[in-house]
Amino acid sequence: MSLRRQLSTKPWLAQRGVVTDAGGFVGSTPKVTLGAFLCVASMVFALFIAAYFIRMTYADWRPIPVPALLWLNTVVLIGSSMALQWAAVSSRREHSDGMRLGLTLGGGCALVFLVGQWLAWRQLSGLGYFIDSNPSNAFFYTLTAVHGLHLLGGLGAWVRALVRVRQGVEIARLRMTLELCAIYWHFLLLVWLVLFGLLLVT
Amino acid sequence: MAMTDVAHDAVDYVRPAEIAEEALYHPKTWLGKYVFSQDAKIIALQYSMTAMAVGLIALLLSVLMRLQLGFPGVFSFITPDAYIQFVTMHGMIMVIYLLTALFLGGFGNYLIPLMVGARDMVFPYVNMVSYWVYLFAVLLLLASFFVPGGPTGSGWTLYPPQTILPGTPGADWGILLMLISLAFFVIGFTMGGLNYVVTVLQARTRGMSLMRLPLTVWGIFMATILALLAFPALLVSAVMMTLDSVLGTSFFMPAIVSMGQTLDYSGGSPVLFQHLFWFFGHPEVYIVALPAFGIVSELISVHARKNIFGYRLMVWAIVVIGGLSFVVWAHHMYVSGMNPYFGFFFATTTLIIAVPTAIKVYNWVLTLWRGNIRLTVPMLFAIAFVFTFINGGLTGIFLGNVIVDIPLSDTYFVVAHFHMVMAVSPVLAVFGAVYHWYPKITGRMLNETLGKFHFWVTFVGLYCIYYPMHYLGILGVPRRYYATGVTDFIPESAQVMNAGISIAAIIVASTQLVFLYNLAVSTTRGKPAGDNPWGATTLEWQTATTPPSHGNFGKELPLVYRWAYDYSVPGAKEDFIPQNVPASGDTGDAR
Repeated sequence: MSLRRQLSTKPWLAQRGVVTDAGGFVGSTPKVTLGAFLCVASMVFALFIAAYFIRMTYADWRPIPVPALLWLNTVVLIGSSMALQWAAVSSRREHSDGMRLGLTLGGGCALVFLVGQWLAWRQLSGLGYFIDSNPSNAFFYTLTAVHGLHLLGGLGAWVRALVRVRQGVEIARLRMTLELCAIYWHFLLLVWLVLFGLLLVT
Repeated sequence: MAMTDVAHDAVDYVRPAEIAEEALYHPKTWLGKYVFSQDAKIIALQYSMTAMAVGLIALLLSVLMRLQLGFPGVFSFITPDAYIQFVTMHGMIMVIYLLTALFLGGFGNYLIPLMVGARDMVFPYVNMVSYWVYLFAVLLLLASFFVPGGPTGSGWTLYPPQTILPGTPGADWGILLMLISLAFFVIGFTMGGLNYVVTVLQARTRGMSLMRLPLTVWGIFMATILALLAFPALLVSAVMMTLDSVLGTSFFMPAIVSMGQTLDYSGGSPVLFQHLFWFFGHPEVYIVALPAFGIVSELISVHARKNIFGYRLMVWAIVVIGGLSFVVWAHHMYVSGMNPYFGFFFATTTLIIAVPTAIKVYNWVLTLWRGNIRLTVPMLFAIAFVFTFINGGLTGIFLGNVIVDIPLSDTYFVVAHFHMVMAVSPVLAVFGAVYHWYPKITGRMLNETLGKFHFWVTFVGLYCIYYPMHYLGILGVPRRYYATGVTDFIPESAQVMNAGISIAAIIVASTQLVFLYNLAVSTTRGKPAGDNPWGATTLEWQTATTPPSHGNFGKELPLVYRWAYDYSVPGAKEDFIPQNVPASGDTGDAR
């Protein structure tokens, strides 16, 4: 039954004395949970971005130069997301080699991305763009840090998945974990593209 | 339709996600059962006790504040700094660490799985971690009483720049502990909140459609969604404020001269903080109000032996209030300076919220209308809630209008308003809920005489405290002041009134000890309650054992055949039909 129809039933009249509903909702519970969590995480980033837009209208705002390294990092993160997608698809098709490779590559690329972000920080602070020297710097460091922390959290799940693969857990039981990892990575890629776009445009 | 056959067909509905009793986590040690428990009911009690303990501290702080206001200069240990620290900690503890934690972590954990017919929350382990993170946040907050400079004295709204400038008490350690504690609270809550939402969505038993959910679950469910979406604003502002304080960024801190020194901050925006804070702060009002709405609907229906009037509208009103609560935040900022069109927009949305809220109030009154009202203690508290919520809501209409708000802003009128609407009202709902569900939690009734004494002193006392404050506010007595001293516009009689308020506050506060005594003593000496002492329909009263065992429902989960409010059904044998009773000759169901 559609949500709209469900919400418009009159429960005091409708089918009293009858079991009308299978219970539960749409989709699998882990995916619904991840979806709910992504809403919360989106809210965090949306609010940071809203604050960014408001703060940048003030007179002391000096845009921070975007290090070229960030382009490379972006490519790496795209690769990371694609590799995990590959792992998820392989697990669905029961290709264990593809799954292993995709998973290893995906997490590896994410680690490279994090190191790349740290190098970008080093470059900027080497040039004298410290976190407290301008609000746009402060936003750059904060946003990349918050995004990086989310990715680190994802890597926690990735390590667990990797251990389970090494332990030889059968593919069918890994499928959901890999799908969740892939969805989460796509989300973080999307957030990064938005953040990166924001830095480039403003 | 051959409705009696459906019970058999229902077997086809068995969902794969349904947990068998054996598949549940079974603790082996005492520690695993009562301390690091993954049972939502134990976690609920842990949340509730922690929240109530920290709430008692906040209550004590309010008594100290009233001592100063009622009898200025008599208690020399209450310095101006200490006073404003009490104000800050009282507000923050009551709103976040008591009410939010108690409604969602306490009642949410206890009632959601039982009321939707689930064995437990969907992620019991995460649920347990949620409590321990909350406890850690509470301890961090309380630690601020013992650090150099004491807790922050910035007011519970933590407005920059004063929050982190020297001169404000706790500007070094206190504020940092507060911000970090809030961040942990949000993280812990997110773990719990995801559990509550997903459990309602995914773990409902067969037959429990969305429109058969008890309104308590609807209230807690919607409040949790609000909290999940609003708390990020608090987290974001806490992170940015921490960076301003520790690393010297200028998110919120403007260029400023403090005590003759030009600080390194440049051009930040304190108003930006206010926007973020109130984007969290206003939904927060409904985070504590919606569960109260749900609980009160339940209590009124059960104790008036009548189906809730306008169930669908009650559900829709909860949803609409939840949605609207995100577009009214700037009505807290009329005096911060804003474009008049902005003020107009926020005044309009604020007043529109009165519509779904009024629908709820009318429906409560219409549920009572010609009901078989039993003035039990929970019912007394529920009716008191309706009274008080109307009172607080009406002054909200005053303050929602820019032109009325500006002269009344920062006076005791505001203090009176928000205490009526989001302090006293939810607390009355909490008391009602405790008296109502205590028999299920412990298997014993609370003492009714003590309960009635507790109710009357609390109810009348609260009006003695907050009614006069409206008048003080209209006189122009400012809030947050340690002492007003002699002024042209405040007559001396205001001091007499303040003394009276303080005496009432002390009486009300000490009466809560009677409540605590009742809670403690009744666990062993209370009258045995049986499984369903109130004759209620919802699933938590239909468990095989009281208190419910781990796994809630024994071998099989209940099937749900009807909505939650089949009270006094014409033609039925009894004046209530539990949700898990199929159609038969005794239920008066239409055929």
